[in-house]
Amino acid sequence: MNSSIALSVEGLSFSYSSKKALTQVSFKIQPGECTVLLGPNGAGKSTLFSLITRLYDTRDGRIELCGFDIKRQTLKALGKLGVVFQQTTLDMDLTVMQNLRYHAALHGMGRKQAMQRIQQELERLDMYDRRFERVRQLNGGHRRRVEIARALLHKPSVLLLDEPTVGLDVPSRLSIVEYVHRLATEEKLAVLWASHLIDEIYPDDHLIVLHKGQVKANGTVDDVLRITGTPTIKDAFYSLTQGEQG
Amino acid sequence: MKLVHYWRAMWGIIWRELSRFVTQRERFISALVRPLVWLFVFAAGFRAALGLAITPPYETYILYEVYITPGLIGMIQLFNGMQSSLSMVYDREMGSMRILMVCPLPRWFLLLSKLLAGTGVSILQVYVFLAIAWFYDIQAPWQGYLWIMPALLLSGLMLGALGLLLSSFIKQLENFAGVMNFVIFPMFFMSTALYPLWKIKESSALLYHLAQYNPFSQAVELVRFALYGQFNSHALIYTFAAFVVFMVAAIIGYNPSKGMMMRKGGA
Repeated sequence: MNSSIALSVEGLSFSYSSKKALTQVSFKIQPGECTVLLGPNGAGKSTLFSLITRLYDTRDGRIELCGFDIKRQTLKALGKLGVVFQQTTLDMDLTVMQNLRYHAALHGMGRKQAMQRIQQELERLDMYDRRFERVRQLNGGHRRRVEIARALLHKPSVLLLDEPTVGLDVPSRLSIVEYVHRLATEEKLAVLWASHLIDEIYPDDHLIVLHKGQVKANGTVDDVLRITGTPTIKDAFYSLTQGEQG
Repeated sequence: MKLVHYWRAMWGIIWRELSRFVTQRERFISALVRPLVWLFVFAAGFRAALGLAITPPYETYILYEVYITPGLIGMIQLFNGMQSSLSMVYDREMGSMRILMVCPLPRWFLLLSKLLAGTGVSILQVYVFLAIAWFYDIQAPWQGYLWIMPALLLSGLMLGALGLLLSSFIKQLENFAGVMNFVIFPMFFMSTALYPLWKIKESSALLYHLAQYNPFSQAVELVRFALYGQFNSHALIYTFAAFVVFMVAAIIGYNPSKGMMMRKGGA
């Protein structure tokens, strides 16, 4: 295993009883790389995330996070992972600070370290002044920011985001997309971003197109355009998924 | 993995549960109203209808309200255990369960911590209930209020583990109402919470056996004896064994490779 690989997925297959959700999925992500996992609804993106986060068991194939096998070295592997799930996973009745303190405790941080990290992450997202507000009082974009801050509290090496901008207005979407790309570059964070929104892809991004549980394309944006012989990502995506956009 | 990590995580989970409890006042009030209605209305009404012989741990004739109090303590913990599991099904549907499940600690430890947190909340509810009952002249020896603490811990853990086990089976929140009817009510009524075993035996041998082997009965008896400073070893062993069985089954239920999570396709 190459230690410079942050996330490695090899020959991953998964079925829900008789229904196949993923077939022989393989890819690698390096530190500092933002990889967009593009696929229509039902492509298998959320299943893939559930397997990487060990919510489901990996039966066929192998997943490694920073060299740690998710099945055999689960706790070490999970310690390297920060996750922003598709649904909001914040406790609405608690304040921003209480939510973040809870996460810090789950990752074994002491009070002083937790407060320091919470301040750092919230300040970067312009949310520190709102730390004592209940999550219920925040709008969708601000809740997402808190979730990103939470996912980064324990300084993970890999950040997973499962369609984090769904339901947000355009300015909130743009600011989150921009922030995560900046994180990948500045913090050398490996980012896996699941999306079905083509305008969230930057020209330098790595792109994986997933369709009906299979990887249809894997490479840089230019690679994918070249392979499909299309002028835009939208056309490439359309051609790879045969018009079945989500 | 450092021990301090486990310690901090456990306190984090307990603290979150307590914070949620404090912010959800309706939950606290409804948890108290239920046993109080039973005590003030049901027990007062049945006082005249039911004659109780002197049985351990009681050393004299007692009022029905006195007999029913440990049963109502059990009721608080039973409902709390089910409420905790309901909130886990809700958390799973809403996704916040995932945050717990992806943190780098063993699942058995996370589930046990969650269980301890729920039990802590139920013990708080029980003491408030006992304080109100005190003013209603249901008074145990003062040492009893200390002795029931470990008994409440074990009975709360056992009933919480049962709730946890049920929550691992339930796919959707809507299915929960059925389980409440099939678990809570039979467990409560087929127990020694409302009537002593010998009284049940007089009316039905089958009901007597069901009540005898019902772990809820044993939890109630454990609390009943502890409240009067007495130790019921049979109830203790039975309740502990039931806790171990429910807990192990719940851990298997939440295990990604062995449990029901896979076939449910949700976490």
